[in-house]
Amino acid sequence: MSNEVRNVLIVGVGGQGIILAADILANVLVSAEYDVKMAEIHGMSQRGGSVNTMVRFGNKVYSPVVEKGQADYMLSFEKLEALRWSDYLKPGGTIIMNDETLNPLPVLLGRAEYPGDIEEQIIAKGINLITVNATAMAEESGSPRAANIVLLGCLASLMPLGKDIWHAAIERRVPPKTVEINKNAFETGFARISERAAADEALI
Amino acid sequence: MKVLLSGNEAIAYGAYAAGVKIASGYPGTPSTEILETLAKYDQIDSSWAPNEKVALEIGMGASLAGTRTIVTMKHVGLNVAAGPLFTLAYTGVNGGLVIINADDPSMHSSQNEQDNRYYAKSAKVPMLEPSDSQEAAWLVDEGLKISERFDIPVILRTTTRINHSKSLVDVDIERAESRREYEKDIQKYVMIPAHARQRRNNLEQRLEALAEFSEEFPGNRVEWGSRSIGFIADGVSYQYVKEVFPEASVLKITMVHPLPKRLISDFVEQIEKVIVVEELDPFIEDQLKAWGLPVVGKRLIPGIGELNPETIRAGVMGDADTLARLAAADDIPGRPPMMCAGCSHRGVFYILKKMKLMVAGDIGCYTLGVMPPLEAMDTCFCMGASIGNAMGFQKATGRKDVVAVIGDSTFMHSGITPLIDVVYNKGIATVIILDNRTTAMTGRQDHPGTGKTLKGDAGVEVDIEKLVRALGVASVQVVDPYDLKAARAAITEEISKDEPSVIIFRRVCLLAEKVLAVPLMVIDECDSCKACMQLGCPALSWEADRARIEPSQCNGCDVCGQICKAGAIVKYEQADQGAGI
Repeated sequence: MSNEVRNVLIVGVGGQGIILAADILANVLVSAEYDVKMAEIHGMSQRGGSVNTMVRFGNKVYSPVVEKGQADYMLSFEKLEALRWSDYLKPGGTIIMNDETLNPLPVLLGRAEYPGDIEEQIIAKGINLITVNATAMAEESGSPRAANIVLLGCLASLMPLGKDIWHAAIERRVPPKTVEINKNAFETGFARISERAAADEALI
Repeated sequence: MKVLLSGNEAIAYGAYAAGVKIASGYPGTPSTEILETLAKYDQIDSSWAPNEKVALEIGMGASLAGTRTIVTMKHVGLNVAAGPLFTLAYTGVNGGLVIINADDPSMHSSQNEQDNRYYAKSAKVPMLEPSDSQEAAWLVDEGLKISERFDIPVILRTTTRINHSKSLVDVDIERAESRREYEKDIQKYVMIPAHARQRRNNLEQRLEALAEFSEEFPGNRVEWGSRSIGFIADGVSYQYVKEVFPEASVLKITMVHPLPKRLISDFVEQIEKVIVVEELDPFIEDQLKAWGLPVVGKRLIPGIGELNPETIRAGVMGDADTLARLAAADDIPGRPPMMCAGCSHRGVFYILKKMKLMVAGDIGCYTLGVMPPLEAMDTCFCMGASIGNAMGFQKATGRKDVVAVIGDSTFMHSGITPLIDVVYNKGIATVIILDNRTTAMTGRQDHPGTGKTLKGDAGVEVDIEKLVRALGVASVQVVDPYDLKAARAAITEEISKDEPSVIIFRRVCLLAEKVLAVPLMVIDECDSCKACMQLGCPALSWEADRARIEPSQCNGCDVCGQICKAGAIVKYEQADQGAGI
């Protein structure tokens, strides 16, 4: 195991299941015998505020907080939040973004405009952007509420960890009645990115 | 076995493992989850007190009885509990007593970012600071042992990054058993001046012994590296320093009061340049400078807000541009927290705004009534301040249109005594109690007004209406906050009176009981007047030339329906009939 520390951000809006997703990721990494730290700011998250969680793993992790320009991956549950936190990505880092728009208060009131060029702005920073419709994919899997697990599935397909530990972590963390739906959601997300990678390769 | 725990979960586990039997506290971000986690252990009597002062006094009683005890609170809670704390240092303890104090640098969820390390110094009690969850669990045990050995309460100080970050904790420790006998000792526990003077001298002896202990305490330790630059750091700052300067020598401070003078002097002597890295105030730095040690700190490291690896790197390198960039705001539309769609507070603030009253506010979800577009609040200071603020303002101006707005849990915490003052000193301010039957902002904790305990047992509910009547308030109304007409009538009536009055707006918090009606929708009658947009409801948005209600967000409270003069906001089913579907 190298000394390199890897960094993942999971961001979105309060109530989207962000902390559960980060918790599952962190537990998967513990199962894979990494040292893991996870930071979250959720003071007023139930009131529709911006929520971010940071997961760091490696041989030995000190800071629970990721520095700007250091994140390898980011899952964003909402487009504006992807833009807000995109400075945390390292050049060549990857954002998996849910194609969902939730207007913040200043936009609802007509005091600010929701940016129309989020994709362009992110790509201009030299970040790989993968946009998925996680909410629709979650609905196909049995519940729109499983969008967080769809996104985790997307992330899992980019990380060199066995699927079994992901499934085990999902089983441990979600309500028993929802295990099957969540596993389906995970597989849907996983397959989407794998298929995309296969298609990209075919083009080359 | 090692598991990932938040600092708060680790503290709860540490308390369990150390044999704690009694735990009390008041909810406050970022400390709340400690007691919520502890409540799951049957062996521990954990409970929410009405406020932090009561919590600490319960802790003192339990400690006196010989029981290991913890008391939890956020940083401003220690202001409330400061009364007993300062004298408790004199009396000392019997069973170990650790006060868990959670500071909130950057004010993620607080009204100030006071540095509570000063409390340790001014109250003359030891203070421990963990740098991760494992240490947090360990320091509860160490703190209890120090408390018992040195006959003194111990403060375990965390910050938001410790409370809400997760790291690995060994959870194979067996629960310790600890029990001391109570012996009556009036010289020690009855602080009349004659006894207090003796204990005052005795306290200095205990502090001297603690200073000696701090030199050998394994939490205070040097990790030698390069001798050209060295850091002295406490709490989470230690992690950031290790992250950014892995080659440097680091003196980790875990017992921040009393500081280990010899250990620090020896370290400083052997390093060319020593930088103190600490969040908020120069607490360590000032002491080191008073000892004549050549260190720098706040000249390089920001003293406002949380630190992080970037600010420390930029500070140490003297990179002012980066520090300025990090402090600057971006132009991406913010996403501030807001009252939920259907929140029972919204309509009341709408009326208060329309009536242009002077509104003394308080601490809770309803403080969001200050956010645009409502902006219906004049003050917010601390728990319970609204009522005294309204009283003083009303007396000074003679104005009658002055109201205090306070939540049910905050009223239980510290709203009762100022209301007594309003009655006693012939105030006429109107006190509005927004009774949503929970402590909503911190995540829906119960309180004496709900009667349900932290352990989930039902009990006696404090009847707010009877309570305020018993205090001498003759004019009391209970009103449904969803009924705007009734709300306006009640406020108009009560502010006109030359006597104290209380209006209780009662509706169960939506987050606790999501039992609302059919969502609403905007039909073609909308005349684009934008009246509904003055509510700041997250379910309402302005699209092109008319309002729109997002059905998945709307909870059907019908507050917007009541202010729509065009009758364009209707329930889904009505709309369907109207359209002939």
